[in-house]
Amino acid sequence: MDIHKIMSGYTPGMENILNILHDLQDAHPMNYLPEHTLREVARYLNTTLSSVYGVIGYYTMLSTKPRARHIIRVCQSPVCHLMGTNTVVEALRKHLGVGLNEPTPDGLFWVELSECTGTCEVAPAIMIDREIYGDLSENAIGNIISMIREKSGKVKKEAGH
Amino acid sequence: MIKENRIVLKNLGLIDPERIDDYISAGGYESFKKALRMEPDEIIDEIIESGLRGRGGAGFSTGLKERFTSEACLACENRYIICNADEGEPGTFKDRIIMENDPHMYLEGMMIAALAIQATRGYIYIRGEYYRSIERTQKALEDMRSRNILGDNILGTGMSFDIEIKRGAGSYLCGEELTLIESLEGKRGYPRIKPPFPAEKGLWGFPTLMNNVESFACIPPIISNGSMWYSSLGTKTSPGTKIFTISGPVRKPGFYEVELGVTLRGLIFDLAGGMVEGKKFKAAVLGGAAGTFVDESLLDEPLGFDEMKEKGATLGSGAIIVMDETMSIWEMLNSILRFFEHESCGKCIPCRIGSKHLLKLMQEVKNSKNGKGLLTGNLVAQAEIMARTSLCPLGQSHILPIRSAVQYFPEVK
Repeated sequence: MDIHKIMSGYTPGMENILNILHDLQDAHPMNYLPEHTLREVARYLNTTLSSVYGVIGYYTMLSTKPRARHIIRVCQSPVCHLMGTNTVVEALRKHLGVGLNEPTPDGLFWVELSECTGTCEVAPAIMIDREIYGDLSENAIGNIISMIREKSGKVKKEAGH
Repeated sequence: MIKENRIVLKNLGLIDPERIDDYISAGGYESFKKALRMEPDEIIDEIIESGLRGRGGAGFSTGLKERFTSEACLACENRYIICNADEGEPGTFKDRIIMENDPHMYLEGMMIAALAIQATRGYIYIRGEYYRSIERTQKALEDMRSRNILGDNILGTGMSFDIEIKRGAGSYLCGEELTLIESLEGKRGYPRIKPPFPAEKGLWGFPTLMNNVESFACIPPIISNGSMWYSSLGTKTSPGTKIFTISGPVRKPGFYEVELGVTLRGLIFDLAGGMVEGKKFKAAVLGGAAGTFVDESLLDEPLGFDEMKEKGATLGSGAIIVMDETMSIWEMLNSILRFFEHESCGKCIPCRIGSKHLLKLMQEVKNSKNGKGLLTGNLVAQAEIMARTSLCPLGQSHILPIRSAVQYFPEVK
Protein backbone atom coordinates (compact mmCIF):
# COMPACT_ATOMS: atom_id res chain seq x y z
CA MET A 1 0.00 0.00 0.00
CA ASP A 2 1.12 3.51 -0.68
CA ILE A 3 1.13 5.27 2.68
CA HIS A 4 1.91 8.66 1.19
CA LYS A 5 -0.79 8.46 -1.43
CA ILE A 6 -3.37 7.72 1.28
CA MET A 7 -2.15 10.53 3.54
CA SER A 8 -2.04 13.07 0.75
CA GLY A 9 -5.83 12.80 0.47
CA TYR A 10 -5.92 14.91 3.64
CA THR A 11 -4.31 18.18 4.63
CA PRO A 12 -1.55 17.62 7.21
CA GLY A 13 -3.47 18.74 10.31
CA MET A 14 -4.17 16.83 13.53
CA GLU A 15 -7.91 17.12 12.85
CA ASN A 16 -7.38 14.58 10.06
CA ILE A 17 -5.56 12.00 12.16
CA LEU A 18 -8.52 9.66 12.69
CA ASN A 19 -9.54 9.71 9.02
CA ILE A 20 -5.92 9.01 8.01
CA LEU A 21 -5.47 6.19 10.54
CA HIS A 22 -8.75 4.58 9.46
CA ASP A 23 -7.73 4.64 5.80
CA LEU A 24 -4.28 3.25 6.52
CA GLN A 25 -5.63 0.48 8.74
CA ASP A 26 -8.32 -0.45 6.19
CA ALA A 27 -5.66 -0.68 3.48
CA HIS A 28 -3.48 -3.07 5.48
CA PRO A 29 -4.26 -6.74 4.79
CA MET A 30 -3.92 -7.51 8.49
CA ASN A 31 -6.12 -4.60 9.58
CA TYR A 32 -3.61 -2.85 11.78
CA LEU A 33 -1.20 0.06 12.00
CA PRO A 34 2.47 -0.99 12.02
CA GLU A 35 5.08 1.22 13.65
CA HIS A 36 6.82 2.17 10.40
CA THR A 37 3.48 3.47 9.08
CA LEU A 38 2.91 5.47 12.24
CA ARG A 39 6.37 7.06 11.94
CA GLU A 40 5.30 8.34 8.53
CA VAL A 41 1.99 9.60 9.97
CA ALA A 42 3.84 11.46 12.73
CA ARG A 43 6.16 13.05 10.17
CA TYR A 44 3.26 14.01 7.89
CA LEU A 45 1.27 15.59 10.75
CA ASN A 46 4.38 17.19 12.18
CA THR A 47 3.90 15.56 15.54
CA THR A 48 5.66 12.93 17.66
CA LEU A 49 5.32 9.18 17.32
CA SER A 50 4.22 8.99 20.95
CA SER A 51 1.35 11.38 20.40
CA VAL A 52 0.16 9.30 17.44
CA TYR A 53 0.26 6.23 19.71
CA GLY A 54 -1.51 8.28 22.36
CA VAL A 55 -4.44 8.92 20.04
CA ILE A 56 -4.62 5.31 18.82
CA GLY A 57 -4.56 3.95 22.35
CA TYR A 58 -7.80 5.72 23.13
CA TYR A 59 -9.91 4.38 20.27
CA THR A 60 -11.09 0.78 20.19
CA MET A 61 -11.39 0.53 16.40
CA LEU A 62 -7.66 1.14 15.88
CA SER A 63 -5.07 -1.56 16.43
CA THR A 64 -1.27 -1.53 16.62
CA LYS A 65 -1.17 -5.34 16.63
CA PRO A 66 -1.66 -7.49 13.55
CA ARG A 67 -5.18 -8.91 13.38
CA ALA A 68 -6.54 -10.73 10.30
CA ARG A 69 -8.09 -10.18 6.88
CA HIS A 70 -11.64 -9.99 8.23
CA ILE A 71 -12.56 -8.39 11.54
CA ILE A 72 -15.62 -9.79 13.26
CA ARG A 73 -17.02 -7.40 15.86
CA VAL A 74 -19.44 -9.04 18.24
CA CYS A 75 -21.73 -6.53 19.89
CA GLN A 76 -21.80 -7.04 23.65
CA SER A 77 -23.86 -4.00 24.61
CA PRO A 78 -27.00 -4.40 26.73
CA VAL A 79 -29.49 -5.23 23.95
CA CYS A 80 -27.31 -7.84 22.24
CA HIS A 81 -26.19 -9.15 25.61
CA LEU A 82 -29.84 -9.67 26.52
CA MET A 83 -30.60 -11.34 23.19
CA GLY A 84 -27.58 -13.65 23.17
CA THR A 85 -24.03 -12.30 22.80
CA ASN A 86 -22.70 -15.36 24.65
CA THR A 87 -24.37 -17.74 22.20
CA VAL A 88 -22.82 -15.81 19.33
CA VAL A 89 -19.32 -15.95 20.82
CA GLU A 90 -19.67 -19.70 21.43
CA ALA A 91 -20.94 -20.32 17.90
CA LEU A 92 -18.02 -18.38 16.46
CA ARG A 93 -15.59 -20.33 18.61
CA LYS A 94 -17.13 -23.56 17.30
CA HIS A 95 -17.01 -22.54 13.63
CA LEU A 96 -13.64 -20.80 13.67
CA GLY A 97 -11.78 -22.77 16.31
CA VAL A 98 -10.50 -19.61 17.99
CA GLY A 99 -11.65 -17.44 20.86
CA LEU A 100 -11.55 -13.68 21.20
CA ASN A 101 -8.65 -11.52 20.09
CA GLU A 102 -6.68 -14.12 18.19
CA PRO A 103 -6.47 -14.79 14.46
CA THR A 104 -7.63 -18.03 12.87
CA PRO A 105 -4.59 -20.10 11.72
CA ASP A 106 -5.29 -19.17 8.07
CA GLY A 107 -5.18 -15.48 8.98
CA LEU A 108 -8.70 -14.94 7.66
CA PHE A 109 -10.70 -14.06 10.77
CA TRP A 110 -10.24 -12.19 14.00
CA VAL A 111 -13.05 -11.97 16.54
CA GLU A 112 -13.34 -9.12 19.01
CA LEU A 113 -16.05 -7.74 21.24
CA SER A 114 -17.44 -4.30 20.49
CA GLU A 115 -19.92 -1.95 22.06
CA CYS A 116 -23.31 -1.09 20.55
CA THR A 117 -23.19 -1.20 16.75
CA GLY A 118 -26.54 0.60 16.50
CA THR A 119 -28.34 -2.38 14.99
CA CYS A 120 -30.39 -3.35 18.02
CA GLU A 121 -33.47 -4.18 15.93
CA VAL A 122 -31.66 -7.31 14.73
CA ALA A 123 -29.94 -8.24 18.00
CA PRO A 124 -27.86 -10.26 18.55
CA ALA A 125 -25.73 -8.78 15.80
CA ILE A 126 -22.16 -8.90 14.56
CA MET A 127 -20.25 -6.77 12.12
CA ILE A 128 -17.89 -8.41 9.66
CA ASP A 129 -15.72 -5.69 8.15
CA ARG A 130 -18.34 -3.21 6.90
CA GLU A 131 -21.40 -5.46 6.91
CA ILE A 132 -23.93 -6.11 9.65
CA TYR A 133 -25.36 -9.58 10.24
CA GLY A 134 -28.27 -9.79 12.64
CA ASP A 135 -30.93 -12.05 14.17
CA LEU A 136 -28.15 -14.58 14.56
CA SER A 137 -28.47 -18.24 15.40
CA GLU A 138 -25.69 -20.81 15.55
CA ASN A 139 -26.61 -22.11 12.09
CA ALA A 140 -26.76 -18.64 10.57
CA ILE A 141 -23.26 -17.94 11.87
CA GLY A 142 -21.96 -21.14 10.31
CA ASN A 143 -23.44 -20.16 6.94
CA ILE A 144 -22.03 -16.64 7.06
CA ILE A 145 -18.53 -17.91 7.86
CA SER A 146 -18.63 -20.51 5.05
CA MET A 147 -19.85 -17.87 2.61
CA ILE A 148 -16.94 -15.54 3.42
CA ARG A 149 -14.41 -18.40 3.35
CA GLU A 150 -15.68 -19.44 -0.06
CA LYS A 151 -15.53 -15.88 -1.38
CA SER A 152 -11.96 -15.30 -0.23
CA GLY A 153 -10.97 -18.71 -1.66
CA LYS A 154 -12.23 -17.55 -5.03
CA VAL A 155 -10.40 -14.24 -4.78
CA LYS A 156 -7.16 -16.11 -4.03
CA LYS A 157 -7.68 -18.47 -6.97
CA GLU A 158 -8.38 -15.61 -9.35
CA ALA A 159 -5.34 -13.72 -8.13
CA GLY A 160 -3.26 -16.85 -8.75
CA HIS A 161 -4.20 -17.04 -12.43
CA MET B 1 -54.45 1.94 17.55
CA ILE B 2 -51.83 4.63 17.15
CA LYS B 3 -50.28 5.57 13.85
CA GLU B 4 -46.90 6.78 12.74
CA ASN B 5 -46.61 10.40 11.65
CA ARG B 6 -43.57 10.53 9.42
CA ILE B 7 -42.18 14.03 9.09
CA VAL B 8 -38.43 13.51 9.43
CA LEU B 9 -38.78 10.13 7.71
CA LYS B 10 -41.32 11.30 5.12
CA ASN B 11 -39.16 10.21 2.20
CA LEU B 12 -38.11 6.90 3.69
CA GLY B 13 -38.50 4.08 1.21
CA LEU B 14 -39.90 6.47 -1.40
CA ILE B 15 -36.65 7.90 -2.70
CA ASP B 16 -33.21 6.58 -3.58
CA PRO B 17 -30.95 7.99 -0.84
CA GLU B 18 -28.07 8.21 -3.31
CA ARG B 19 -29.95 10.37 -5.81
CA ILE B 20 -30.21 14.07 -5.04
CA ASP B 21 -32.77 14.44 -7.85
CA ASP B 22 -35.15 12.16 -5.97
CA TYR B 23 -34.80 14.35 -2.90
CA ILE B 24 -35.32 17.52 -4.91
CA SER B 25 -38.43 16.16 -6.65
CA ALA B 26 -39.85 15.36 -3.23
CA GLY B 27 -39.59 19.08 -2.41
CA GLY B 28 -36.03 18.90 -1.10
CA TYR B 29 -33.94 22.07 -0.65
CA GLU B 30 -37.05 24.29 -0.95
CA SER B 31 -36.75 25.06 2.78
CA PHE B 32 -33.11 25.99 2.31
CA LYS B 33 -34.05 28.31 -0.57
CA LYS B 34 -36.73 29.87 1.62
CA ALA B 35 -34.19 30.31 4.42
CA LEU B 36 -31.82 32.04 1.98
CA ARG B 37 -34.47 34.77 1.63
CA MET B 38 -34.85 35.12 5.40
CA GLU B 39 -32.76 37.10 7.89
CA PRO B 40 -30.63 34.84 10.14
CA ASP B 41 -32.52 36.06 13.19
CA GLU B 42 -35.85 35.24 11.58
CA ILE B 43 -34.72 31.65 11.03
CA ILE B 44 -33.65 31.36 14.67
CA ASP B 45 -36.93 32.88 15.90
CA GLU B 46 -38.87 30.38 13.84
CA ILE B 47 -36.96 27.46 15.33
CA ILE B 48 -37.25 28.81 18.88
CA GLU B 49 -41.00 29.28 18.44
CA SER B 50 -41.42 25.78 17.08
CA GLY B 51 -40.34 24.53 20.50
CA LEU B 52 -37.99 21.96 18.96
CA ARG B 53 -35.88 20.30 21.65
CA GLY B 54 -32.57 18.53 20.98
CA ARG B 55 -33.14 14.98 19.81
CA GLY B 56 -29.76 13.68 21.01
CA GLY B 57 -31.17 13.08 24.45
CA ALA B 58 -30.71 16.22 26.53
CA GLY B 59 -33.78 17.98 25.13
CA PHE B 60 -32.41 21.52 25.21
CA SER B 61 -34.06 24.08 22.92
CA THR B 62 -32.44 23.80 19.49
CA GLY B 63 -33.32 27.39 18.62
CA LEU B 64 -31.82 28.82 21.80
CA LYS B 65 -28.60 26.95 21.13
CA GLU B 66 -28.53 28.68 17.73
CA ARG B 67 -29.19 32.07 19.30
CA PHE B 68 -26.40 31.65 21.87
CA THR B 69 -23.96 30.59 19.16
CA SER B 70 -24.91 33.39 16.80
CA GLU B 71 -24.50 36.00 19.53
CA ALA B 72 -21.19 34.70 20.95
CA CYS B 73 -17.92 36.46 20.11
CA LEU B 74 -19.06 38.66 17.23
CA ALA B 75 -15.43 39.57 16.51
CA CYS B 76 -14.43 35.94 15.95
CA GLU B 77 -13.39 35.15 12.38
CA ASN B 78 -14.69 31.59 12.60
CA ARG B 79 -18.00 30.15 13.66
CA TYR B 80 -18.48 26.41 13.31
CA ILE B 81 -21.37 24.06 12.98
CA ILE B 82 -21.02 20.39 13.89
CA CYS B 83 -23.45 17.58 13.35
CA ASN B 84 -23.20 15.01 16.11
CA ALA B 85 -23.62 11.69 14.30
CA ASP B 86 -21.69 9.69 16.87
CA GLU B 87 -24.73 7.65 17.77
CA GLY B 88 -23.58 5.14 20.37
CA GLU B 89 -26.23 4.97 23.05
CA PRO B 90 -27.19 1.30 23.35
CA GLY B 91 -30.66 0.70 21.92
CA THR B 92 -30.49 3.80 19.71
CA PHE B 93 -30.26 3.73 15.91
CA LYS B 94 -32.49 6.56 14.70
CA ASP B 95 -29.65 8.66 13.28
CA ARG B 96 -28.40 5.68 11.28
CA ILE B 97 -31.89 5.28 9.80
CA ILE B 98 -31.91 8.95 8.74
CA MET B 99 -28.37 8.93 7.34
CA GLU B 100 -28.80 5.68 5.44
CA ASN B 101 -32.23 6.42 4.02
CA ASP B 102 -32.44 10.16 3.46
CA PRO B 103 -29.12 11.92 4.11
CA HIS B 104 -30.18 15.14 2.38
CA MET B 105 -32.89 15.71 4.99
CA TYR B 106 -30.44 16.29 7.82
CA LEU B 107 -27.91 17.99 5.55
CA GLU B 108 -30.55 20.51 4.44
CA GLY B 109 -31.34 21.18 8.10
CA MET B 110 -27.65 21.66 8.78
CA MET B 111 -27.41 24.13 5.86
CA ILE B 112 -30.33 26.15 7.25
CA ALA B 113 -28.76 26.21 10.72
CA ALA B 114 -25.45 27.26 9.13
CA LEU B 115 -27.24 30.20 7.52
CA ALA B 116 -28.90 31.07 10.83
CA ILE B 117 -25.65 31.28 12.77
CA GLN B 118 -23.55 32.48 9.79
CA ALA B 119 -21.25 29.49 10.10
CA THR B 120 -17.94 29.53 8.27
CA ARG B 121 -17.48 25.75 8.10
CA GLY B 122 -19.31 22.56 8.97
CA TYR B 123 -18.26 19.13 10.20
CA ILE B 124 -20.14 15.90 10.57
CA TYR B 125 -18.65 13.57 13.17
CA ILE B 126 -19.93 10.09 12.32
CA ARG B 127 -19.06 7.05 14.39
CA GLY B 128 -16.54 4.85 12.60
CA GLU B 129 -18.73 1.75 12.62
CA TYR B 130 -21.45 3.45 10.56
CA TYR B 131 -19.88 2.69 7.17
CA ARG B 132 -23.08 3.03 5.17
CA SER B 133 -24.01 6.32 6.84
CA ILE B 134 -20.55 7.65 6.01
CA GLU B 135 -20.79 6.55 2.36
CA ARG B 136 -24.30 7.93 1.89
CA THR B 137 -23.41 11.24 3.50
CA GLN B 138 -20.24 11.47 1.41
CA LYS B 139 -22.22 10.88 -1.78
CA ALA B 140 -24.85 13.43 -0.71
CA LEU B 141 -22.18 16.08 -0.05
CA GLU B 142 -20.61 15.49 -3.48
CA ASP B 143 -24.01 15.84 -5.16
CA MET B 144 -24.72 19.03 -3.22
CA ARG B 145 -21.42 20.47 -4.45
CA SER B 146 -22.22 19.53 -8.03
CA ARG B 147 -25.57 21.33 -7.69
CA ASN B 148 -23.95 24.37 -6.11
CA ILE B 149 -25.92 23.87 -2.89
CA LEU B 150 -22.55 23.56 -1.16
CA GLY B 151 -19.25 25.28 -1.93
CA ASP B 152 -18.54 28.76 -3.24
CA ASN B 153 -21.23 31.31 -4.08
CA ILE B 154 -24.06 28.93 -3.20
CA LEU B 155 -26.99 29.28 -5.65
CA GLY B 156 -25.62 32.65 -6.67
CA THR B 157 -26.18 34.22 -3.24
CA GLY B 158 -22.56 34.90 -2.39
CA MET B 159 -22.68 32.46 0.52
CA SER B 160 -19.66 30.17 0.67
CA PHE B 161 -19.76 27.20 2.96
CA ASP B 162 -18.53 23.63 3.02
CA ILE B 163 -18.97 20.54 5.17
CA GLU B 164 -16.58 17.67 5.80
CA ILE B 165 -16.92 14.28 7.42
CA LYS B 166 -14.83 13.21 10.38
CA ARG B 167 -14.90 9.57 11.37
CA GLY B 168 -15.01 8.48 14.99
CA ALA B 169 -13.06 5.38 15.93
CA GLY B 170 -14.96 3.53 18.63
CA SER B 171 -15.72 5.60 21.70
CA TYR B 172 -19.13 6.12 23.31
CA LEU B 173 -17.88 9.14 25.20
CA CYS B 174 -17.07 11.02 21.98
CA GLY B 175 -20.81 11.48 21.54
CA GLU B 176 -20.64 13.95 24.45
CA GLU B 177 -20.36 17.36 22.82
CA LEU B 178 -17.14 18.71 24.29
CA THR B 179 -15.44 15.32 24.07
CA LEU B 180 -16.50 15.12 20.43
CA ILE B 181 -14.79 18.45 19.83
CA GLU B 182 -11.57 17.17 21.43
CA SER B 183 -11.72 14.09 19.22
CA LEU B 184 -12.47 16.15 16.12
CA GLU B 185 -9.39 18.23 16.88
CA GLY B 186 -7.37 15.01 16.73
CA LYS B 187 -6.90 14.28 20.41
CA ARG B 188 -7.80 11.50 22.82
CA GLY B 189 -11.46 11.77 23.71
CA TYR B 190 -11.22 13.39 27.11
CA PRO B 191 -14.11 15.66 28.14
CA ARG B 192 -13.58 19.35 28.78
CA ILE B 193 -14.87 21.16 31.83
CA LYS B 194 -18.03 23.13 31.10
CA PRO B 195 -18.84 25.95 31.04
CA PRO B 196 -17.73 27.29 28.62
CA PHE B 197 -20.26 25.54 26.40
CA PRO B 198 -19.50 25.01 22.70
CA ALA B 199 -21.72 27.98 21.78
CA GLU B 200 -19.14 30.19 23.45
CA LYS B 201 -15.89 28.25 23.06
CA GLY B 202 -16.12 25.16 20.94
CA LEU B 203 -13.99 23.86 18.10
CA TRP B 204 -10.49 25.42 18.32
CA GLY B 205 -11.99 27.87 20.82
CA PHE B 206 -14.49 29.38 18.40
CA PRO B 207 -18.27 29.61 18.82
CA THR B 208 -19.71 26.28 17.72
CA LEU B 209 -23.23 25.02 17.22
CA MET B 210 -23.62 21.30 17.74
CA ASN B 211 -26.82 19.42 17.04
CA ASN B 212 -27.81 15.82 16.68
CA VAL B 213 -28.67 14.34 13.24
CA GLU B 214 -32.37 14.04 14.07
CA SER B 215 -32.53 17.63 15.38
CA PHE B 216 -31.12 18.93 12.09
CA ALA B 217 -33.55 16.74 10.15
CA CYS B 218 -36.47 18.42 11.96
CA ILE B 219 -35.49 21.86 10.66
CA PRO B 220 -36.52 21.71 6.94
CA PRO B 221 -40.16 20.81 7.75
CA ILE B 222 -40.27 23.58 10.39
CA ILE B 223 -39.03 26.18 7.91
CA SER B 224 -41.43 25.08 5.16
CA ASN B 225 -44.54 24.64 7.29
CA GLY B 226 -43.88 27.16 10.03
CA SER B 227 -43.37 27.00 13.77
CA MET B 228 -47.12 27.12 14.49
CA TRP B 229 -47.64 23.91 12.57
CA TYR B 230 -44.75 22.18 14.32
CA SER B 231 -45.70 23.23 17.82
CA SER B 232 -49.24 21.96 17.24
CA LEU B 233 -47.78 18.44 17.03
CA GLY B 234 -46.82 16.45 20.10
CA THR B 235 -47.27 17.83 23.61
CA LYS B 236 -47.10 21.38 24.90
CA THR B 237 -43.59 21.12 26.32
CA SER B 238 -42.33 18.45 23.92
CA PRO B 239 -43.64 19.41 20.50
CA GLY B 240 -43.14 17.58 17.25
CA THR B 241 -42.44 14.01 16.35
CA LYS B 242 -39.70 11.72 17.58
CA ILE B 243 -38.16 8.58 16.16
CA PHE B 244 -38.31 5.81 18.74
CA THR B 245 -36.19 2.72 18.32
CA ILE B 246 -37.62 -0.44 19.87
CA SER B 247 -35.56 -3.54 20.54
CA GLY B 248 -35.84 -6.71 22.57
CA PRO B 249 -38.40 -9.54 22.47
CA VAL B 250 -41.18 -7.72 20.58
CA ARG B 251 -42.76 -8.94 17.33
CA LYS B 252 -41.61 -6.03 15.18
CA PRO B 253 -38.50 -4.40 16.60
CA GLY B 254 -37.46 -1.32 14.65
CA PHE B 255 -37.92 2.43 14.34
CA TYR B 256 -41.17 4.35 14.58
CA GLU B 257 -41.71 8.08 14.12
CA VAL B 258 -44.64 9.28 16.17
CA GLU B 259 -45.84 12.50 17.78
CA LEU B 260 -44.50 12.99 21.29
CA GLY B 261 -47.09 12.33 23.96
CA VAL B 262 -47.52 8.80 22.63
CA THR B 263 -47.62 6.06 25.27
CA LEU B 264 -45.24 3.15 25.69
CA ARG B 265 -48.22 0.85 25.32
CA GLY B 266 -48.99 2.35 21.92
CA LEU B 267 -45.39 1.98 20.79
CA ILE B 268 -44.74 -1.50 22.12
CA PHE B 269 -48.13 -3.15 21.68
CA ASP B 270 -49.56 -1.35 18.63
CA LEU B 271 -46.60 -0.37 16.47
CA ALA B 272 -44.06 -3.00 17.50
CA GLY B 273 -46.74 -5.71 17.50
CA GLY B 274 -46.50 -6.60 21.18
CA MET B 275 -44.37 -9.22 22.84
CA VAL B 276 -43.18 -12.27 20.92
CA GLU B 277 -45.35 -15.36 21.30
CA GLY B 278 -45.72 -16.53 24.85
CA LYS B 279 -43.65 -13.76 26.48
CA LYS B 280 -44.94 -11.29 29.02
CA PHE B 281 -43.86 -7.65 29.29
CA LYS B 282 -41.72 -7.03 32.34
CA ALA B 283 -39.77 -3.83 31.85
CA ALA B 284 -38.47 -1.28 29.39
CA VAL B 285 -35.24 0.63 29.53
CA LEU B 286 -35.91 4.12 28.16
CA GLY B 287 -33.11 6.19 26.65
CA GLY B 288 -30.43 3.49 26.50
CA ALA B 289 -27.69 2.76 29.01
CA ALA B 290 -27.76 6.35 30.26
CA GLY B 291 -31.49 5.83 30.69
CA THR B 292 -34.01 4.45 33.12
CA PHE B 293 -35.88 1.24 33.87
CA VAL B 294 -39.66 1.48 33.97
CA ASP B 295 -42.32 -1.14 34.71
CA GLU B 296 -45.85 -1.60 33.41
CA SER B 297 -47.19 1.19 35.63
CA LEU B 298 -45.72 3.66 33.12
CA LEU B 299 -47.18 2.02 30.01
CA ASP B 300 -49.98 4.57 29.74
CA GLU B 301 -48.06 7.75 30.59
CA PRO B 302 -47.47 10.21 27.73
CA LEU B 303 -43.86 10.20 26.54
CA GLY B 304 -42.31 13.66 26.68
CA PHE B 305 -39.12 15.14 28.11
CA ASP B 306 -40.74 16.70 31.20
CA GLU B 307 -43.51 14.13 31.58
CA MET B 308 -40.94 11.35 31.98
CA LYS B 309 -38.73 13.36 34.28
CA GLU B 310 -41.64 13.75 36.71
CA LYS B 311 -41.82 9.97 36.96
CA GLY B 312 -38.11 9.57 37.60
CA ALA B 313 -37.65 8.34 34.04
CA THR B 314 -36.03 9.74 30.88
CA LEU B 315 -36.98 10.09 27.26
CA GLY B 316 -33.36 10.44 26.19
CA SER B 317 -32.49 9.43 22.67
CA GLY B 318 -35.77 7.58 22.13
CA ALA B 319 -34.40 4.09 22.75
CA ILE B 320 -36.87 1.60 24.15
CA ILE B 321 -35.31 -1.69 25.20
CA VAL B 322 -38.05 -4.14 26.06
CA MET B 323 -37.56 -6.97 28.53
CA ASP B 324 -39.77 -10.01 29.13
CA GLU B 325 -40.48 -11.84 32.36
CA THR B 326 -37.67 -14.35 31.81
CA MET B 327 -35.04 -11.61 31.71
CA SER B 328 -33.28 -10.45 34.84
CA ILE B 329 -33.15 -6.79 35.85
CA TRP B 330 -29.91 -7.49 37.70
CA GLU B 331 -28.37 -8.97 34.53
CA MET B 332 -29.43 -5.95 32.46
CA LEU B 333 -28.20 -3.45 35.05
CA ASN B 334 -24.94 -5.35 35.29
CA SER B 335 -24.55 -5.21 31.50
CA ILE B 336 -25.19 -1.46 31.55
CA LEU B 337 -22.63 -0.90 34.31
CA ARG B 338 -20.11 -3.07 32.47
CA PHE B 339 -20.68 -0.90 29.41
CA PHE B 340 -20.02 2.29 31.40
CA GLU B 341 -16.93 0.77 32.97
CA HIS B 342 -15.61 -0.01 29.49
CA GLU B 343 -16.37 3.47 28.17
CA SER B 344 -15.17 5.49 31.17
CA CYS B 345 -12.22 7.48 29.84
CA GLY B 346 -10.24 7.66 33.06
CA LYS B 347 -9.74 11.41 33.10
CA CYS B 348 -11.59 12.02 36.38
CA ILE B 349 -11.21 9.80 39.42
CA PRO B 350 -14.87 9.46 40.52
CA CYS B 351 -15.84 7.88 37.22
CA ARG B 352 -12.64 5.90 36.67
CA ILE B 353 -12.73 4.22 40.08
CA GLY B 354 -16.47 4.49 40.66
CA SER B 355 -17.35 2.59 37.46
CA LYS B 356 -15.26 -0.39 38.61
CA HIS B 357 -16.48 -0.13 42.16
CA LEU B 358 -20.15 -0.27 41.14
CA LEU B 359 -19.53 -3.48 39.18
CA LYS B 360 -17.96 -5.01 42.27
CA LEU B 361 -20.95 -3.96 44.36
CA MET B 362 -23.26 -5.57 41.79
CA GLN B 363 -21.46 -8.90 42.33
CA GLU B 364 -21.91 -8.52 46.06
CA VAL B 365 -25.62 -7.84 45.58
CA LYS B 366 -25.90 -11.00 43.47
CA ASN B 367 -24.05 -13.21 45.93
CA SER B 368 -25.76 -11.88 49.00
CA LYS B 369 -28.28 -14.19 50.63
CA ASN B 370 -29.61 -11.53 52.96
CA GLY B 371 -28.84 -7.91 53.54
CA LYS B 372 -29.44 -7.20 49.83
CA GLY B 373 -31.34 -4.02 50.76
CA LEU B 374 -28.31 -2.60 52.51
CA LEU B 375 -26.11 -3.37 49.49
CA THR B 376 -28.46 -1.79 46.94
CA GLY B 377 -28.73 1.23 49.24
CA ASN B 378 -24.96 1.43 49.09
CA LEU B 379 -25.04 1.06 45.29
CA VAL B 380 -27.41 4.02 44.98
CA ALA B 381 -25.38 6.10 47.44
CA GLN B 382 -22.10 5.46 45.60
CA ALA B 383 -23.65 6.25 42.22
CA GLU B 384 -25.02 9.48 43.69
CA ILE B 385 -21.55 10.51 44.80
CA MET B 386 -20.29 9.79 41.29
CA ALA B 387 -23.09 11.86 39.78
CA ARG B 388 -22.17 14.81 41.98
CA THR B 389 -18.43 14.64 41.49
CA SER B 390 -17.77 13.34 37.98
CA LEU B 391 -16.52 15.69 35.31
CA CYS B 392 -18.82 14.78 32.44
CA PRO B 393 -22.24 13.24 31.76
CA LEU B 394 -20.82 9.70 31.61
CA GLY B 395 -20.00 9.52 35.31
CA GLN B 396 -23.28 11.28 36.04
CA SER B 397 -25.29 8.63 34.19
CA HIS B 398 -24.76 5.50 36.31
CA ILE B 399 -27.29 6.72 38.83
CA LEU B 400 -30.13 6.81 36.28
CA PRO B 401 -30.49 3.07 35.60
CA ILE B 402 -29.53 2.17 39.18
CA ARG B 403 -32.03 4.41 40.93
CA SER B 404 -34.87 3.53 38.56
CA ALA B 405 -34.19 -0.21 38.78
CA VAL B 406 -34.38 0.00 42.56
CA GLN B 407 -37.46 2.26 42.38
CA TYR B 408 -39.50 0.08 40.04
CA PHE B 409 -38.26 -3.45 40.71
CA PRO B 410 -38.30 -4.72 44.27
CA GLU B 411 -36.43 -7.85 43.09
CA VAL B 412 -33.27 -5.76 42.86
CA LYS B 413 -33.49 -4.91 46.55
